[in-house]
Amino acid sequence: MPRSATAKVLLARLTLSSKSLRSFSSSVDTAVEPIRGLDLGVAHSKLLLRTVASLRSSAELRAQGVSEGDSRKMNMCQAINDAMRHTLATDDTTVVFGEDVAFGGVFRCSVGLADEFGAERIFNTPLTEQGIAGFAIGMAAMGHTAVAEIQFADYIFPAFDQLVNEAAKYRYRSGGEFSVGGLTIRTPCAAVGHGGHYHSQSPEAFFAHVPGLKVVVPRSPVQAKGLLLAAIRDPNPTLFFEPKILYRSAVEQVPIDDYVLPLSKAEVLRPGNDVTVVGYGAQMYALENAIQMIERDMPGVTCELIDLRTILPYDAETVAQSVNRTGRLVVAHEAPRTQGFAAELAAEIQERCFLRLESPVERVCGLFVPHPLVFERFYMPCAVRVYEAIRRTLTY
Amino acid sequence: MLRTATFAALRQAKAGSGKMPQLFQAARAMASMPSSTLSGEDTVTFEFCDRTFEGYNIEIPSRTLTMSKTEAVGLYREMQMVRRLEMAADSSYKHKLIRGFCHLCTGQEAVPVGIEGAITKDDAVITAYRCHGFTYMRGATPVGILAELMGRKDGVSKGKGGSMHMYAPNFYGGNGIVGAQVPLGAGIAFAQKYKGERTCTLALYGDGAANQGQVFESYNMAKLWDLPVIFVCENNKYGMGTAAGRAAANTDYYTRGQYIPGIRVNGMDVLAVRQAVAYAREYAVESGPLVLEMKTYRYGGHSMSDPGTTYRTREEIQHMRSTSDPITGYKHRLLETGATTEEDLKVIDKQAKKEIDEALAQAKAIPEPNGSELWDDVYVKGSEVPYLRGRVPEETHYYNVD
Repeated sequence: MPRSATAKVLLARLTLSSKSLRSFSSSVDTAVEPIRGLDLGVAHSKLLLRTVASLRSSAELRAQGVSEGDSRKMNMCQAINDAMRHTLATDDTTVVFGEDVAFGGVFRCSVGLADEFGAERIFNTPLTEQGIAGFAIGMAAMGHTAVAEIQFADYIFPAFDQLVNEAAKYRYRSGGEFSVGGLTIRTPCAAVGHGGHYHSQSPEAFFAHVPGLKVVVPRSPVQAKGLLLAAIRDPNPTLFFEPKILYRSAVEQVPIDDYVLPLSKAEVLRPGNDVTVVGYGAQMYALENAIQMIERDMPGVTCELIDLRTILPYDAETVAQSVNRTGRLVVAHEAPRTQGFAAELAAEIQERCFLRLESPVERVCGLFVPHPLVFERFYMPCAVRVYEAIRRTLTY
Repeated sequence: MLRTATFAALRQAKAGSGKMPQLFQAARAMASMPSSTLSGEDTVTFEFCDRTFEGYNIEIPSRTLTMSKTEAVGLYREMQMVRRLEMAADSSYKHKLIRGFCHLCTGQEAVPVGIEGAITKDDAVITAYRCHGFTYMRGATPVGILAELMGRKDGVSKGKGGSMHMYAPNFYGGNGIVGAQVPLGAGIAFAQKYKGERTCTLALYGDGAANQGQVFESYNMAKLWDLPVIFVCENNKYGMGTAAGRAAANTDYYTRGQYIPGIRVNGMDVLAVRQAVAYAREYAVESGPLVLEMKTYRYGGHSMSDPGTTYRTREEIQHMRSTSDPITGYKHRLLETGATTEEDLKVIDKQAKKEIDEALAQAKAIPEPNGSELWDDVYVKGSEVPYLRGRVPEETHYYNVD
């Protein structure tokens, strides 16, 4: 497989000088060869429910009784706005706050809510992430529904202590007397291509290490609305990471009624027989493209695509059932590979499916470097890198 | 106005003790009686000296305080109970019945007792890890507290919290991270205001935690939204082993809210604490946040592993004990004003010792929690993960299997 060999050489070069990086950069264009003839990215994705007909065919939405009702074309930002509108309308203890949210937030997710529900329910906080989280936890401890926004997931680290030590353990350390189940933290995460160190990170694995928290990452408008409402109503503190690149670029027909999608339940997006490909959030579109290339280049091969959706507590069973059939697993996410969530899933599947595995579990992740502004495209676990990983595992 | 005596009465009832001396029965009966209906013979008036209160952008509280004799004696009893409770914790720790962290409030008893005497049980309190006194004053039983310290199943947090993590109705803990409880206090106060309750939250922290960024973040939010929160800095002069002046650019903690008014209070005087908190409560509910600095002193080390004598002299501790002890000082004032007699106080002392001794014996007899408790309360029942891993596969806990 010449391409795989080329990729190995190229990746080895990545650790070398900037001159080597330039040559890597130019070589990427040749490595991109398998992409030709395909329309790539979320804009052309077949995973999105773009039409009313596709919405009607969704089994999950049918189970919620909203597949036949009215729908509206929304991007992910509008779908999140719509979810918050539902919770504000149905639960009058709901309060939405964060930096600049009264004006709509920097990504406009809360636009119009202050006009509709009042400034006492949708308000701006000072630039105090730790304070926002602790304040939200205090409110939630009183039984309130607190929907707090941390402006960028990269800014969540000052609040890390509050979330890990205060929110996650409140119920356990009080012997069940108190809980902060009404707490939901919304935060935009992941790369858009130029965010750099403090506007591109995917910190979900830090929180996926914490018993007591739930961590959710949606891939689309329909998913975002149903999962956010589920997260808000779940009786446990929940972190909701929103891949910000999808705010405008992902557009679907979204039911206008109130509905929830199940937490801790993975979704099989495409059935397949030969390899299981797992991801979540914006990464799903790179996985979709990689599968398209594989199935074009390796006739007869079919890949099973799974969106994990909730990464704590996550649905290992759906993945294990799939891998028990396919014998192969590729996991991908934007966060760095070392101690990333893929490591957890790989270890879990290795335990559950050891005798069924035909090849080592492959992880395709961000590089183990700070999120590099100018080199963001090298950092990303793009469709080409996923393609190479799937080929490696299929030809092991 | 709810009185300390009510809590004593509640607790007595909770503990199921039928052997209350006459004095406590009287306290119970008078607990709900407003001061105005009491005749002069039943009340006692105390005067505060010049240096009891210092104000920052606010008038100081009145320098006289009139209360029923029963309530006055109740404050004494509760301080004696807190001290006995901490003595029992101290000896249990030394007998290795309590392991791990344990922070005692010996010397600081006037703060939790004075606060509880000034607020209602609908008000909220949240503090850091030196929390035994507050847990008791908010209504937990001595048995529940001592059992928690020893990790027993009837502890206030089912033995899973320990010294730093104790809770009671409207007492939000018991928090282990320095300063982390302060913004929670602001959030609790927001919810109180939002619900239209005319209640307030007391968010306590030490002089060490006063330097944490989130304390200032909380000040700002509290003032911005005029939240009914009283920030109470218990200044015991040492943040762990560091003297306040070595950690803080400004040790006038009552002024550190800048745009929030403050009062410095003699925190070794239970009456001063009660007076200041009653005043602050009214202010907070009407007008918004206030900072109270309670000047106090802990006799022991920061925790059980700190002898408490490496960063201060034995003479200093001895001096504070002999000149400023909250219990001894208050005893003299009760006798001076004729609120009670030496004999009655002796009865209270003996009764407090007996109650705590009995509680300790009872707590010791309580078994540790069942092993299955380890897995409870990580998530809400019914929404758990399928299983949680143990150290070895045999220990893995499956939620859907009995």
